[in-house]
Amino acid sequence: MSNADWPRRRFLRQLVMASGGVLLSACDAASRNPHVTKVLSIGEFLSQHVQHAVTSRTALAQEFTEADLSPEFRSNGTDYPDSAEYRALAMNGFVDWRLRVDGLVERPVELSLDQLRAMRSRTQITRHDCVEGWSAIGKWTGTPLSEVLALVHPRADARYVMFYSADPMDDWGTRYYESIDMEDAYHPQTILAYALNDATLPIPNGAPLRLRLERQLGYKMAKYLMHIELVDSFARIHGGKGGYWEDEGYEWYAGI
Amino acid sequence: MIQRRHALTVRVTHWINAVALILLLMSGLQIFNAHPSLYWGPSSYTGAGPIFELAGGFPSWLTIPGTQWLAMGRRWHFFFAWILVINGLAYLIFSIATHHVTRDLAPTRSDWRSIGRSIADHLRLRHPQGEAATRYNVLQKLSYIAVIFVLLPLMVLTGWSMSPRLDSVWPGWVDIFGGRQSARTLHFVIAWLLVLFFFIHVFEVIVTGFWNNLRSMITGRYRIEHEQR
Repeated sequence: MSNADWPRRRFLRQLVMASGGVLLSACDAASRNPHVTKVLSIGEFLSQHVQHAVTSRTALAQEFTEADLSPEFRSNGTDYPDSAEYRALAMNGFVDWRLRVDGLVERPVELSLDQLRAMRSRTQITRHDCVEGWSAIGKWTGTPLSEVLALVHPRADARYVMFYSADPMDDWGTRYYESIDMEDAYHPQTILAYALNDATLPIPNGAPLRLRLERQLGYKMAKYLMHIELVDSFARIHGGKGGYWEDEGYEWYAGI
Repeated sequence: MIQRRHALTVRVTHWINAVALILLLMSGLQIFNAHPSLYWGPSSYTGAGPIFELAGGFPSWLTIPGTQWLAMGRRWHFFFAWILVINGLAYLIFSIATHHVTRDLAPTRSDWRSIGRSIADHLRLRHPQGEAATRYNVLQKLSYIAVIFVLLPLMVLTGWSMSPRLDSVWPGWVDIFGGRQSARTLHFVIAWLLVLFFFIHVFEVIVTGFWNNLRSMITGRYRIEHEQR
Protein backbone atom coordinates (compact mmCIF):
# COMPACT_ATOMS: atom_id res chain seq x y z
CA MET A 1 0.00 0.00 0.00
CA SER A 2 1.65 3.26 -1.05
CA ASN A 3 1.36 6.45 0.96
CA ALA A 4 -0.55 8.01 -1.88
CA ASP A 5 -3.52 5.91 -0.82
CA TRP A 6 -3.96 7.62 2.54
CA PRO A 7 -5.57 10.85 1.35
CA ARG A 8 -7.70 8.64 -0.81
CA ARG A 9 -8.84 6.69 2.22
CA ARG A 10 -9.66 9.80 4.20
CA PHE A 11 -11.53 11.12 1.20
CA LEU A 12 -13.38 7.85 0.94
CA ARG A 13 -14.39 7.85 4.59
CA GLN A 14 -15.61 11.41 4.31
CA LEU A 15 -17.44 10.53 1.15
CA VAL A 16 -19.25 7.64 2.83
CA MET A 17 -20.23 9.71 5.87
CA ALA A 18 -21.30 12.65 3.77
CA SER A 19 -23.33 10.53 1.40
CA GLY A 20 -25.02 8.85 4.39
CA GLY A 21 -26.02 12.24 5.76
CA VAL A 22 -27.10 13.47 2.35
CA LEU A 23 -29.15 10.30 1.83
CA LEU A 24 -31.00 10.75 5.11
CA SER A 25 -31.76 14.42 4.72
CA ALA A 26 -32.64 13.90 1.07
CA CYS A 27 -35.12 11.17 2.02
CA ASP A 28 -36.66 13.40 4.67
CA ALA A 29 -36.96 16.34 2.29
CA ALA A 30 -38.36 13.99 -0.37
CA SER A 31 -40.96 12.70 2.10
CA ARG A 32 -42.34 16.24 2.40
CA ASN A 33 -42.28 16.95 -1.34
CA PRO A 34 -45.70 16.22 -2.87
CA HIS A 35 -44.19 15.42 -6.28
CA VAL A 36 -41.89 12.80 -4.78
CA THR A 37 -44.56 11.23 -2.59
CA LYS A 38 -46.82 11.02 -5.62
CA VAL A 39 -44.14 9.06 -7.44
CA LEU A 40 -43.57 6.88 -4.36
CA SER A 41 -47.28 6.10 -4.19
CA ILE A 42 -46.96 4.33 -7.56
CA GLY A 43 -45.76 1.38 -5.47
CA GLU A 44 -49.01 1.16 -3.52
CA PHE A 45 -51.02 1.78 -6.70
CA LEU A 46 -49.26 -1.19 -8.31
CA SER A 47 -49.85 -3.34 -5.22
CA GLN A 48 -53.58 -2.60 -5.31
CA HIS A 49 -54.00 -3.44 -8.98
CA VAL A 50 -51.69 -6.43 -9.13
CA GLN A 51 -53.18 -7.89 -5.96
CA HIS A 52 -56.64 -7.55 -7.47
CA ALA A 53 -55.45 -9.18 -10.68
CA VAL A 54 -54.01 -12.24 -8.92
CA THR A 55 -56.73 -12.83 -6.29
CA SER A 56 -60.34 -13.60 -7.10
CA ARG A 57 -63.08 -11.26 -5.89
CA THR A 58 -64.50 -13.87 -3.58
CA ALA A 59 -61.36 -15.73 -2.42
CA LEU A 60 -61.66 -16.18 1.33
CA ALA A 61 -59.17 -15.07 3.92
CA GLN A 62 -57.70 -17.91 5.94
CA GLU A 63 -59.97 -19.14 8.73
CA PHE A 64 -58.65 -20.69 11.94
CA THR A 65 -59.83 -22.97 14.73
CA GLU A 66 -60.81 -22.26 18.34
CA ALA A 67 -57.33 -23.45 19.35
CA ASP A 68 -55.79 -20.47 17.53
CA LEU A 69 -57.88 -17.80 19.31
CA SER A 70 -55.94 -15.02 21.00
CA PRO A 71 -56.60 -15.25 24.77
CA GLU A 72 -57.72 -11.64 24.76
CA PHE A 73 -58.50 -9.76 21.58
CA ARG A 74 -56.42 -6.62 21.66
CA SER A 75 -58.27 -3.31 21.50
CA ASN A 76 -56.42 -0.69 19.51
CA GLY A 77 -57.08 3.03 19.32
CA THR A 78 -60.25 3.95 21.18
CA ASP A 79 -61.41 1.88 24.19
CA TYR A 80 -64.53 3.91 24.83
CA PRO A 81 -65.74 6.70 22.53
CA ASP A 82 -65.65 9.97 24.42
CA SER A 83 -69.06 11.39 23.54
CA ALA A 84 -72.25 11.96 25.51
CA GLU A 85 -74.29 10.42 22.71
CA TYR A 86 -72.32 7.17 22.78
CA ARG A 87 -72.25 7.03 26.57
CA ALA A 88 -76.04 7.33 26.68
CA LEU A 89 -76.44 4.48 24.17
CA ALA A 90 -73.94 2.29 26.01
CA MET A 91 -75.53 2.86 29.45
CA ASN A 92 -78.78 1.61 28.01
CA GLY A 93 -77.27 -1.55 26.54
CA PHE A 94 -77.65 -0.10 23.01
CA VAL A 95 -81.43 -0.74 22.92
CA ASP A 96 -81.91 2.77 21.52
CA TRP A 97 -79.08 2.40 19.00
CA ARG A 98 -80.04 2.31 15.33
CA LEU A 99 -77.88 1.74 12.28
CA ARG A 100 -78.91 4.15 9.55
CA VAL A 101 -78.25 2.86 6.00
CA ASP A 102 -78.83 5.42 3.27
CA GLY A 103 -77.20 7.34 0.42
CA LEU A 104 -77.47 5.97 -3.11
CA VAL A 105 -80.06 3.33 -2.25
CA GLU A 106 -83.68 2.74 -3.25
CA ARG A 107 -84.91 2.01 0.28
CA PRO A 108 -83.02 3.63 3.18
CA VAL A 109 -83.47 1.76 6.46
CA GLU A 110 -82.78 2.06 10.16
CA LEU A 111 -81.90 -1.20 11.85
CA SER A 112 -81.86 -2.09 15.53
CA LEU A 113 -79.44 -4.64 16.99
CA ASP A 114 -82.31 -7.15 17.32
CA GLN A 115 -83.19 -6.70 13.67
CA LEU A 116 -79.57 -7.29 12.65
CA ARG A 117 -79.33 -10.36 14.88
CA ALA A 118 -82.50 -11.74 13.30
CA MET A 119 -80.95 -11.65 9.83
CA ARG A 120 -78.71 -14.39 8.38
CA SER A 121 -75.43 -14.45 10.28
CA ARG A 122 -71.92 -15.60 9.57
CA THR A 123 -69.33 -16.73 12.11
CA GLN A 124 -65.65 -16.71 11.19
CA ILE A 125 -62.38 -17.21 13.06
CA THR A 126 -59.98 -14.87 11.34
CA ARG A 127 -56.69 -13.09 11.80
CA HIS A 128 -56.74 -9.34 12.31
CA ASP A 129 -53.64 -7.63 10.92
CA CYS A 130 -52.79 -4.17 12.17
CA VAL A 131 -50.84 -1.74 9.98
CA GLU A 132 -48.37 -1.52 12.88
CA GLY A 133 -47.40 -5.15 12.29
CA TRP A 134 -49.15 -7.21 14.97
CA SER A 135 -51.89 -9.81 14.44
CA ALA A 136 -54.61 -11.25 16.67
CA ILE A 137 -57.10 -14.05 16.04
CA GLY A 138 -60.75 -13.70 17.01
CA LYS A 139 -64.10 -15.38 16.38
CA TRP A 140 -66.57 -12.92 14.89
CA THR A 141 -70.29 -13.26 14.39
CA GLY A 142 -72.29 -10.75 12.43
CA THR A 143 -74.60 -9.91 9.59
CA PRO A 144 -73.03 -10.14 6.13
CA LEU A 145 -72.98 -6.65 4.66
CA SER A 146 -74.46 -8.18 1.49
CA GLU A 147 -77.66 -8.96 3.47
CA VAL A 148 -78.04 -5.34 4.50
CA LEU A 149 -77.35 -4.20 0.94
CA ALA A 150 -80.05 -6.59 -0.34
CA LEU A 151 -82.45 -4.83 2.01
CA VAL A 152 -81.70 -1.29 0.82
CA HIS A 153 -81.22 -1.99 -2.93
CA PRO A 154 -78.12 -0.01 -3.90
CA ARG A 155 -78.56 2.18 -6.95
CA ALA A 156 -76.43 1.49 -10.02
CA ASP A 157 -74.28 4.56 -9.37
CA ALA A 158 -73.24 3.43 -5.86
CA ARG A 159 -69.48 2.74 -5.93
CA TYR A 160 -68.37 2.91 -2.31
CA VAL A 161 -69.77 2.13 1.11
CA MET A 162 -68.93 4.77 3.74
CA PHE A 163 -68.90 3.82 7.41
CA TYR A 164 -69.42 6.49 10.05
CA SER A 165 -68.49 5.75 13.63
CA ALA A 166 -69.47 7.24 16.99
CA ASP A 167 -65.78 7.63 17.82
CA PRO A 168 -64.52 11.24 18.15
CA MET A 169 -60.91 11.39 16.96
CA ASP A 170 -59.98 14.98 17.81
CA ASP A 171 -61.03 18.09 19.73
CA TRP A 172 -63.18 19.24 16.82
CA GLY A 173 -65.36 16.16 17.07
CA THR A 174 -64.32 14.50 13.80
CA ARG A 175 -65.69 10.97 14.07
CA TYR A 176 -63.92 7.98 12.62
CA TYR A 177 -64.97 7.21 9.07
CA GLU A 178 -63.89 4.65 6.50
CA SER A 179 -64.89 3.40 3.07
CA ILE A 180 -64.69 0.24 0.98
CA ASP A 181 -65.64 -0.53 -2.62
CA MET A 182 -68.63 -2.60 -3.72
CA GLU A 183 -66.45 -5.63 -4.47
CA ASP A 184 -65.32 -5.80 -0.85
CA ALA A 185 -68.82 -4.92 0.33
CA TYR A 186 -70.19 -8.10 -1.27
CA HIS A 187 -67.29 -10.33 -0.15
CA PRO A 188 -68.67 -13.27 1.88
CA GLN A 189 -66.46 -12.48 4.90
CA THR A 190 -67.38 -8.80 5.01
CA ILE A 191 -69.68 -8.74 8.03
CA LEU A 192 -71.13 -6.25 10.49
CA ALA A 193 -70.00 -7.99 13.68
CA TYR A 194 -72.00 -7.83 16.91
CA ALA A 195 -70.25 -10.72 18.71
CA LEU A 196 -66.64 -11.57 19.51
CA ASN A 197 -65.63 -15.01 20.79
CA ASP A 198 -69.28 -16.05 21.33
CA ALA A 199 -70.03 -13.04 23.56
CA THR A 200 -71.65 -9.68 22.88
CA LEU A 201 -69.09 -7.42 21.19
CA PRO A 202 -67.23 -5.63 24.02
CA ILE A 203 -67.01 -1.83 23.99
CA PRO A 204 -63.18 -1.77 23.54
CA ASN A 205 -63.65 -3.86 20.36
CA GLY A 206 -66.34 -1.62 18.86
CA ALA A 207 -69.77 -2.29 20.45
CA PRO A 208 -72.45 -2.45 19.37
CA LEU A 209 -71.37 -3.06 15.77
CA ARG A 210 -68.10 -3.02 13.84
CA LEU A 211 -66.96 -3.86 10.35
CA ARG A 212 -64.93 -6.99 9.62
CA LEU A 213 -63.09 -6.82 6.31
CA GLU A 214 -60.77 -9.78 6.41
CA ARG A 215 -58.55 -9.09 3.40
CA GLN A 216 -57.40 -5.64 4.47
CA LEU A 217 -55.62 -4.14 7.48
CA GLY A 218 -57.29 -3.23 10.76
CA TYR A 219 -57.72 0.50 10.20
CA LYS A 220 -60.31 -0.19 7.49
CA MET A 221 -62.58 -1.95 10.01
CA ALA A 222 -64.46 0.91 11.62
CA LYS A 223 -65.72 0.29 15.16
CA TYR A 224 -68.79 1.85 16.90
CA LEU A 225 -70.79 2.00 13.65
CA MET A 226 -73.67 4.49 13.53
CA HIS A 227 -74.32 5.15 9.88
CA ILE A 228 -73.63 3.50 6.53
CA GLU A 229 -73.88 5.59 3.39
CA LEU A 230 -73.55 4.46 -0.22
CA VAL A 231 -71.77 7.05 -2.34
CA ASP A 232 -70.40 7.42 -5.85
CA SER A 233 -67.29 9.26 -4.63
CA PHE A 234 -65.71 10.19 -1.31
CA ALA A 235 -64.00 13.28 -2.70
CA ARG A 236 -66.28 15.61 -0.72
CA ILE A 237 -66.12 13.71 2.57
CA HIS A 238 -63.64 15.24 5.06
CA GLY A 239 -60.17 15.26 3.45
CA GLY A 240 -61.44 13.42 0.39
CA LYS A 241 -59.26 10.32 0.74
CA GLY A 242 -62.02 8.01 1.96
CA GLY A 243 -61.09 7.48 5.59
CA TYR A 244 -59.74 9.02 8.77
CA TRP A 245 -56.26 7.49 8.45
CA GLU A 246 -56.29 7.94 4.69
CA ASP A 247 -56.67 11.68 5.26
CA GLU A 248 -53.61 11.36 7.55
CA GLY A 249 -51.54 9.86 4.74
CA TYR A 250 -52.29 6.14 4.86
CA GLU A 251 -53.38 4.32 1.71
CA TRP A 252 -57.06 3.79 0.98
CA TYR A 253 -56.22 0.27 -0.20
CA ALA A 254 -54.85 -1.57 2.83
CA GLY A 255 -54.31 -5.03 1.32
CA ILE A 256 -50.64 -5.15 2.36
CA MET B 1 -3.86 -5.10 -18.91
CA ILE B 2 -7.47 -3.89 -18.96
CA GLN B 3 -10.20 -6.42 -19.48
CA ARG B 4 -13.99 -6.29 -19.72
CA ARG B 5 -15.36 -7.59 -16.47
CA HIS B 6 -19.13 -7.13 -15.93
CA ALA B 7 -21.88 -6.95 -18.55
CA LEU B 8 -23.83 -3.68 -18.76
CA THR B 9 -27.06 -5.30 -17.52
CA VAL B 10 -25.27 -6.78 -14.52
CA ARG B 11 -23.76 -3.40 -13.66
CA VAL B 12 -27.02 -1.47 -13.99
CA THR B 13 -29.11 -4.00 -12.08
CA HIS B 14 -26.41 -4.25 -9.39
CA TRP B 15 -26.59 -0.55 -8.56
CA ILE B 16 -30.37 -0.33 -8.75
CA ASN B 17 -30.49 -3.31 -6.42
CA ALA B 18 -28.01 -1.69 -4.02
CA VAL B 19 -30.02 1.53 -3.79
CA ALA B 20 -33.33 -0.33 -3.44
CA LEU B 21 -32.01 -2.62 -0.69
CA ILE B 22 -30.60 0.26 1.37
CA LEU B 23 -33.87 2.21 1.15
CA LEU B 24 -35.90 -0.95 1.81
CA LEU B 25 -33.85 -1.67 4.93
CA MET B 26 -34.22 1.85 6.31
CA SER B 27 -37.94 2.16 5.53
CA GLY B 28 -38.37 -1.38 6.83
CA LEU B 29 -36.86 -0.36 10.17
CA GLN B 30 -39.35 2.54 10.22
CA ILE B 31 -42.18 0.03 9.78
CA PHE B 32 -40.68 -2.29 12.42
CA ASN B 33 -40.54 0.63 14.87
CA ALA B 34 -44.35 0.94 14.72
CA HIS B 35 -44.45 -2.31 16.71
CA PRO B 36 -40.90 -3.28 17.70
CA SER B 37 -41.63 -6.86 18.77
CA LEU B 38 -41.39 -10.16 16.90
CA TYR B 39 -43.45 -13.31 17.38
CA TRP B 40 -43.64 -16.91 16.20
CA GLY B 41 -46.90 -18.37 14.88
CA PRO B 42 -49.91 -16.99 13.01
CA SER B 43 -50.70 -14.22 15.50
CA SER B 44 -48.96 -11.98 18.03
CA TYR B 45 -51.30 -12.80 20.87
CA THR B 46 -51.12 -16.51 21.54
CA GLY B 47 -50.38 -16.31 25.25
CA ALA B 48 -46.69 -17.01 24.57
CA GLY B 49 -45.40 -13.45 24.29
CA PRO B 50 -42.86 -12.00 21.87
CA ILE B 51 -39.63 -13.84 20.99
CA PHE B 52 -37.77 -10.55 20.50
CA GLU B 53 -38.40 -7.01 21.68
CA LEU B 54 -36.47 -3.84 21.00
CA ALA B 55 -37.69 -1.21 23.46
CA GLY B 56 -37.84 2.15 21.72
CA GLY B 57 -37.11 0.63 18.31
CA PHE B 58 -34.21 1.53 16.03
CA PRO B 59 -32.64 5.00 16.22
CA SER B 60 -34.13 7.59 13.90
CA TRP B 61 -30.89 7.98 11.89
CA LEU B 62 -31.40 4.41 10.65
CA THR B 63 -34.98 4.96 9.50
CA ILE B 64 -36.68 6.56 6.51
CA PRO B 65 -38.21 9.02 7.19
CA GLY B 66 -36.04 10.11 10.12
CA THR B 67 -39.05 10.60 12.40
CA GLN B 68 -41.79 8.18 13.48
CA TRP B 69 -43.94 8.29 10.33
CA LEU B 70 -45.35 4.87 9.46
CA ALA B 71 -47.51 5.94 6.50
CA MET B 72 -44.53 7.51 4.71
CA GLY B 73 -42.23 4.61 5.62
CA ARG B 74 -44.71 2.26 3.97
CA ARG B 75 -44.82 4.44 0.87
CA TRP B 76 -41.01 4.25 0.49
CA HIS B 77 -40.96 0.57 1.30
CA PHE B 78 -43.58 -0.54 -1.25
CA PHE B 79 -42.17 1.70 -3.99
CA PHE B 80 -38.68 0.24 -3.65
CA ALA B 81 -40.11 -3.26 -3.15
CA TRP B 82 -41.52 -2.96 -6.68
CA ILE B 83 -38.20 -1.61 -7.95
CA LEU B 84 -36.45 -4.60 -6.34
CA VAL B 85 -38.87 -7.09 -7.91
CA ILE B 86 -38.85 -5.56 -11.41
CA ASN B 87 -35.07 -5.09 -11.35
CA GLY B 88 -34.59 -8.62 -10.02
CA LEU B 89 -36.76 -10.07 -12.79
CA ALA B 90 -34.81 -8.11 -15.43
CA TYR B 91 -31.56 -9.47 -13.98
CA LEU B 92 -32.87 -13.05 -13.89
CA ILE B 93 -34.18 -12.96 -17.46
CA PHE B 94 -30.88 -11.51 -18.70
CA SER B 95 -28.78 -13.92 -16.66
CA ILE B 96 -30.61 -16.99 -17.81
CA ALA B 97 -30.83 -15.87 -21.46
CA THR B 98 -27.08 -15.09 -21.66
CA HIS B 99 -26.04 -18.11 -19.58
CA HIS B 100 -24.54 -15.78 -16.95
CA VAL B 101 -25.96 -18.08 -14.27
CA THR B 102 -24.56 -21.31 -15.64
CA ARG B 103 -21.30 -19.86 -16.96
CA ASP B 104 -20.29 -17.46 -14.18
CA LEU B 105 -22.29 -18.32 -11.05
CA ALA B 106 -22.68 -22.10 -10.97
CA PRO B 107 -19.70 -23.69 -9.17
CA THR B 108 -17.71 -26.08 -11.35
CA ARG B 109 -16.38 -29.44 -10.20
CA SER B 110 -12.94 -27.95 -9.65
CA ASP B 111 -14.58 -25.13 -7.64
CA TRP B 112 -16.05 -27.70 -5.26
CA ARG B 113 -12.67 -29.42 -4.92
CA SER B 114 -10.94 -26.15 -4.10
CA ILE B 115 -13.47 -25.02 -1.51
CA GLY B 116 -11.24 -25.82 1.49
CA ARG B 117 -8.34 -23.91 0.04
CA SER B 118 -10.60 -21.00 -0.89
CA ILE B 119 -11.84 -20.72 2.69
CA ALA B 120 -8.25 -20.71 3.98
CA ASP B 121 -7.25 -18.12 1.37
CA HIS B 122 -10.16 -15.85 2.28
CA LEU B 123 -9.28 -16.03 5.98
CA ARG B 124 -5.67 -15.08 5.23
CA LEU B 125 -6.91 -12.33 2.86
CA ARG B 126 -5.04 -13.98 -0.02
CA HIS B 127 -6.88 -13.42 -3.23
CA PRO B 128 -6.68 -14.73 -6.78
CA GLN B 129 -4.34 -12.76 -9.00
CA GLY B 130 -4.05 -12.35 -12.73
CA GLU B 131 -6.48 -14.19 -14.96
CA ALA B 132 -8.14 -15.99 -11.99
CA ALA B 133 -9.27 -12.63 -10.58
CA THR B 134 -11.58 -12.10 -13.55
CA ARG B 135 -13.70 -15.07 -12.51
CA TYR B 136 -15.75 -15.49 -9.35
CA ASN B 137 -14.12 -17.80 -6.81
CA VAL B 138 -16.18 -20.57 -5.26
CA LEU B 139 -17.12 -18.73 -2.05
CA GLN B 140 -18.12 -15.73 -4.11
CA LYS B 141 -20.28 -17.92 -6.34
CA LEU B 142 -21.96 -19.62 -3.39
CA SER B 143 -22.66 -16.37 -1.56
CA TYR B 144 -24.09 -14.71 -4.69
CA ILE B 145 -26.26 -17.77 -5.38
CA ALA B 146 -27.48 -17.71 -1.77
CA VAL B 147 -28.41 -14.03 -2.02
CA ILE B 148 -29.92 -14.10 -5.53
CA PHE B 149 -31.78 -17.40 -5.40
CA VAL B 150 -32.52 -17.89 -1.69
CA LEU B 151 -32.43 -14.75 0.46
CA LEU B 152 -33.96 -12.20 -1.93
CA PRO B 153 -36.79 -14.52 -3.09
CA LEU B 154 -37.49 -15.37 0.56
CA MET B 155 -37.58 -11.66 1.33
CA VAL B 156 -40.22 -11.11 -1.36
CA LEU B 157 -42.25 -14.18 -0.30
CA THR B 158 -42.23 -13.29 3.41
CA GLY B 159 -43.18 -9.75 2.39
CA TRP B 160 -46.15 -11.01 0.40
CA SER B 161 -47.17 -13.31 3.23
CA MET B 162 -47.81 -10.25 5.41
CA SER B 163 -50.48 -9.07 2.95
CA PRO B 164 -53.97 -10.09 4.10
CA ARG B 165 -55.15 -9.89 0.49
CA LEU B 166 -52.40 -12.13 -0.91
CA ASP B 167 -52.99 -14.58 1.94
CA SER B 168 -56.35 -15.30 0.28
CA VAL B 169 -54.76 -16.38 -3.02
CA TRP B 170 -54.49 -19.83 -1.51
CA PRO B 171 -55.70 -19.70 2.10
CA GLY B 172 -53.13 -21.24 4.41
CA TRP B 173 -50.06 -20.87 2.17
CA VAL B 174 -48.57 -18.55 4.80
CA ASP B 175 -48.28 -21.59 7.05
CA ILE B 176 -45.19 -22.68 5.07
CA PHE B 177 -43.44 -19.97 7.11
CA GLY B 178 -45.27 -20.93 10.30
CA GLY B 179 -47.94 -18.23 9.95
CA ARG B 180 -47.98 -14.48 9.35
CA GLN B 181 -46.09 -13.44 12.47
CA SER B 182 -43.39 -16.06 11.86
CA ALA B 183 -43.11 -14.72 8.31
CA ARG B 184 -42.69 -11.21 9.71
CA THR B 185 -39.91 -12.48 12.01
CA LEU B 186 -38.20 -14.25 9.08
CA HIS B 187 -38.51 -11.07 6.97
CA PHE B 188 -36.64 -9.24 9.73
CA VAL B 189 -33.96 -11.93 10.19
CA ILE B 190 -33.29 -12.23 6.45
CA ALA B 191 -32.99 -8.44 6.21
CA TRP B 192 -30.09 -8.63 8.67
CA LEU B 193 -28.55 -11.60 6.83
CA LEU B 194 -28.53 -9.34 3.75
CA VAL B 195 -26.85 -6.63 5.84
CA LEU B 196 -24.24 -9.20 6.92
CA PHE B 197 -23.68 -10.11 3.26
CA PHE B 198 -23.38 -6.40 2.43
CA PHE B 199 -20.59 -5.86 4.97
CA ILE B 200 -18.62 -8.96 3.91
CA HIS B 201 -19.13 -8.02 0.25
CA VAL B 202 -17.88 -4.46 0.75
CA PHE B 203 -14.98 -5.73 2.88
CA GLU B 204 -13.89 -8.10 0.10
CA VAL B 205 -14.30 -5.35 -2.49
CA ILE B 206 -11.95 -3.14 -0.44
CA VAL B 207 -9.27 -5.73 0.30
CA THR B 208 -9.11 -7.04 -3.27
CA GLY B 209 -8.51 -3.64 -4.85
CA PHE B 210 -11.23 -1.13 -4.16
CA TRP B 211 -10.87 1.23 -7.14
CA ASN B 212 -10.32 -1.54 -9.65
CA ASN B 213 -13.39 -3.43 -8.40
CA LEU B 214 -15.51 -0.31 -8.20
CA ARG B 215 -14.54 0.75 -11.70
CA SER B 216 -15.29 -2.70 -13.07
CA MET B 217 -18.79 -2.52 -11.61
CA ILE B 218 -19.34 0.99 -13.06
CA THR B 219 -17.55 1.00 -16.43
CA GLY B 220 -17.03 -2.73 -16.82
CA ARG B 221 -13.25 -2.25 -17.15
CA TYR B 222 -11.02 -4.30 -14.84
CA ARG B 223 -7.24 -4.09 -14.64
CA ILE B 224 -5.41 -7.40 -14.32
CA GLU B 225 -2.25 -7.27 -12.21
CA HIS B 226 0.40 -9.61 -13.54
CA GLU B 227 1.89 -12.11 -11.16
CA GLN B 228 4.20 -10.10 -8.93
CA ARG B 229 5.63 -12.73 -6.66
